[in-house]
Amino acid sequence: MPTLNLFYFLSFVAVLSALLVVFSKNPMHSVLYLIITFFAIGGHYLLMNAEFLFVVHIIVYAGAIMVLFLYVIMLLNLNQESEPHKSTVLKFAATICGGLLLLILVAAFKGADQLPAAATEHTVGYVKSLGMVLFTEYLLPFEITSVLLLAAMVGAVMLGKPERLNKG
Amino acid sequence: MISSFLIYKTILVVAVFAITLFVAAYSTYAERKVAAFLQDRVGPDRAGPFGMFQPLADGLKFMMKEEIIPDSANRFLFILGPSIAMLTALMAGVVIPWGNTLVINGESYTLQIAELNIGILYVFAVVSIGVYGIMIGGWASNNKFSLLGAIRASAQMISYEIAMGLSIIALVITTGTLSLREISLLQAGGVGSDWNFWNVLYQPVGFIIFLICAFAECNRTPFDLPECETELVGGYHTEYSSMKLALYLFAEYVNMFISSAVISILYFGGFNFPFMNDLGLDQNTITILGTVFFFAKITFFIFFFMWIRWTIPRFRYDQLMNLGWKALIPLAVINIFITGLVMILTSK
Repeated sequence: MPTLNLFYFLSFVAVLSALLVVFSKNPMHSVLYLIITFFAIGGHYLLMNAEFLFVVHIIVYAGAIMVLFLYVIMLLNLNQESEPHKSTVLKFAATICGGLLLLILVAAFKGADQLPAAATEHTVGYVKSLGMVLFTEYLLPFEITSVLLLAAMVGAVMLGKPERLNKG
Repeated sequence: MISSFLIYKTILVVAVFAITLFVAAYSTYAERKVAAFLQDRVGPDRAGPFGMFQPLADGLKFMMKEEIIPDSANRFLFILGPSIAMLTALMAGVVIPWGNTLVINGESYTLQIAELNIGILYVFAVVSIGVYGIMIGGWASNNKFSLLGAIRASAQMISYEIAMGLSIIALVITTGTLSLREISLLQAGGVGSDWNFWNVLYQPVGFIIFLICAFAECNRTPFDLPECETELVGGYHTEYSSMKLALYLFAEYVNMFISSAVISILYFGGFNFPFMNDLGLDQNTITILGTVFFFAKITFFIFFFMWIRWTIPRFRYDQLMNLGWKALIPLAVINIFITGLVMILTSK
């Protein structure tokens, strides 16, 4: 079962590098480990014949978002001395939020093994089949997501505008 | 059956690897000769006849040079930087269809290493990862000029990737496929039988946007701000010496070769040539001639890259950003709208 072995290997890499993201002292290293995590997750898409999803995942996350992360970290020049001290309340809040997210994820995936096995034909990850599904069955969620993205974009532009707009 | 397939693919991989490196090596020679020609000089002429062995001499010189890793640099990332740059530059050659199908003893051999149904997106992904080579190298050098060069490079590449992607979307609307091989085959015949024109006739605006973005992605003049000597010493490779520097410089030429190949495939018919089906040649001759024509197109675009380099001065940084965000991206979006509109109107 080479596929199963690959799955275990990729999962191991993904979990290990995800842990290293959290435990690295240097923020630059954290970002680099996060990129490795994205590649390992992308590998899982490939195992499921979802080539399009894999490539888009790499282009968007590894190729664009993480580059911006690196960019910001390079400019901030973070190190131990300049790191702001976080209050205990904030740490508690973060732990509880993370725990709740974990709970939701576990609850969501609990029934996953009861679902019938996904179709593994070679065409399942093709752009055509994906596009057909997105623009017919899931048209409404797709459009709502694009409105959400548009709102985020407008918001980013608003935040990026100079202060004088607020006074006028 | 499987083993012959594997042997064939191995030969193809090695051949593509060797050809890519050969072309990149001789691009450095050609660059100096073209520069000399445009500036009315002789250029390199000492090593061998017409200086033909200059790339070998350069390579030997790079190998012999002392290797210096700065004391304050992050050693692992410092070495990783040029490795990623070279790796990603070479990876894109995998999906390029170098020619059509050869038929030998009844078995057909496709002159392409891997046929992905998302070929053009794969090239895109590889290009977008290529930024890391420059960013990691520039950051790990622990030098402010390197860092500034790396930041410039990443900002530039992200900005121009968007316009590049949008220009390709318009092309994909007209061709209806993301596979580089299918895009090539759709342009078969050129101006001849079947009257399939090259995509550049359907997408002239897209072609110009793609070309400009390809220059920016390769960090070539007029977009070579990351390594602008007058402001940033050597840019992101200021601290690099010996073979590591050579890898960075070499990766640029490999990128140029791959960009030229992608431009030829997307807009200039790839391995097709005019009247290819009207001359009454057999399949194998057409395939071999097609590959020759493909390399001729690539050579022309490499020459074009060099021609621009020695003709147009470098942009200022704000001009670069204005061109990318305020000119190319809106133009690409308008191009998509017009293409979509025309496709809807003509499809009935």
